Amino acid sequence: MGEFRMPSLGADMNVGTLVQWNVKPGDAIKRGDIIAVVGTEKADIEVEVYETGMVDKLIAQPGDKLPVGTPIAFIRVAGEAEGKVEAPITAEAPVQPPQAEKPSGRRVKASPLARKLAQDLGLDIEKIQGTGLHGVIEKHDVELAAQARVPAAPEGVAGPAPAEPAAGMRHAIAVAMARSNREIPHYYLSTQIDVSKALAWLERFNQRRSIEDRVLPIALLLKAVAHGLAQVPELNGFWIDDQLKPSPEINLGVAISLRRGGLMIPAILAAHHKSVEELMTALRDLITRARSGRLRSSEITEGTVTVTNLGDLGVETVYGVIYPPQVALVGFGRITEQPWAENGMLGVRPVLTATLAADHRATDGHRGAQFLEALKHLLEEPESL
Amino acid sequence: MTETEIRQAIFDAIRPIAPEADPRNIRPDENLREALDIDSFDFLNLLIALHGRLGVEIPESDYSQLTTLSELVRYLAPKVAGGSAKAP
Repeated sequence: MGEFRMPSLGADMNVGTLVQWNVKPGDAIKRGDIIAVVGTEKADIEVEVYETGMVDKLIAQPGDKLPVGTPIAFIRVAGEAEGKVEAPITAEAPVQPPQAEKPSGRRVKASPLARKLAQDLGLDIEKIQGTGLHGVIEKHDVELAAQARVPAAPEGVAGPAPAEPAAGMRHAIAVAMARSNREIPHYYLSTQIDVSKALAWLERFNQRRSIEDRVLPIALLLKAVAHGLAQVPELNGFWIDDQLKPSPEINLGVAISLRRGGLMIPAILAAHHKSVEELMTALRDLITRARSGRLRSSEITEGTVTVTNLGDLGVETVYGVIYPPQVALVGFGRITEQPWAENGMLGVRPVLTATLAADHRATDGHRGAQFLEALKHLLEEPESL
Repeated sequence: MTETEIRQAIFDAIRPIAPEADPRNIRPDENLREALDIDSFDFLNLLIALHGRLGVEIPESDYSQLTTLSELVRYLAPKVAGGSAKAP
């Protein structure tokens, strides 16, 4: 028997609310099935299961707000004997944000302020998950633990729980971005790219298609990013346990702004295996579902790098903040007509500024520059895509 | 189809894309994307919706002519099935 636990749906999540079960005891399930919906501060997420078997028992009830890692169901994995409890089953991605290890008998790493606050709130510091450097428990970790205390904390001692969805979204972004700035030594590189050939290629491509099937420039940019990352794989992966863990899959997290405010970063999975057309289809699907609150857990947790495009808002250069534990973020600005010198001649070209924000623990500027050079080459020679 | 009817079709297409916006408040010469705070994906969806409602195919090369509400109405009017649009 395996415990199905409250999944971690991103670096900014410490607690989740079970919104609904899509299964009941006795139901057969297979890997990839959506078995529950979990509410986070940002959105409700459809949670997939990563095992095949049968639902044995549902522990959590809709409405329960539980810390990440709390068992919420028992699942009998295919082929196992009844009644035996084995390893936990979670909906987490294979690689997750680093978690603090607190084996029994070892000193718990926590800031003095966090210890005092935990004591004041009557919380066991050993049961709190730290999100600071090397898993150190900090003040906000204690506040989150207080907020997630089950059953509900007595009135007046809960942490600064967001009162409404928009506040929850802001809080979740604040947690992830504060962690990023605290832990990740960013370095930034940028390059200007003549995209005249890329736009001409896209125009020819779109001429053959109905308006429903047209491809936006961002799909071509995503394709180029996936190709570029295949050439510089150190930028595609995670920084966990003080080391770089490159990912064999290139799952492009795409920053999608929501109309009610805030943003989500769901991923286009296996982007390197997709054509430009397939990337556009995947992006359309992802944006539509992100804005209607129907994203899946794998899309939230399996991004290996983030791409953000602020060109629509007139921004020329993007200096992004890396989404931990990822190690890079690629930013695109607006395409503007600019004077461009080539072969001793001056002309006017549509020019795009591409930016790389990268984790200096994982790579140096040399590798970052190689990535941007690859990106530039790919977009200046779009036939190679 | 009158210009008023075309404008109404545009408003109807905008609603699901920018549900919190009241398209009646958009000035005719205002940049539509800025006024509605929509990105290129939303704008393409708007054109797809108009294609579905009015049957007008809008080539990509014409996108740059469709910045404001009045430009959109002027562009669509002669193309709408049933002949030229008329002012109410």
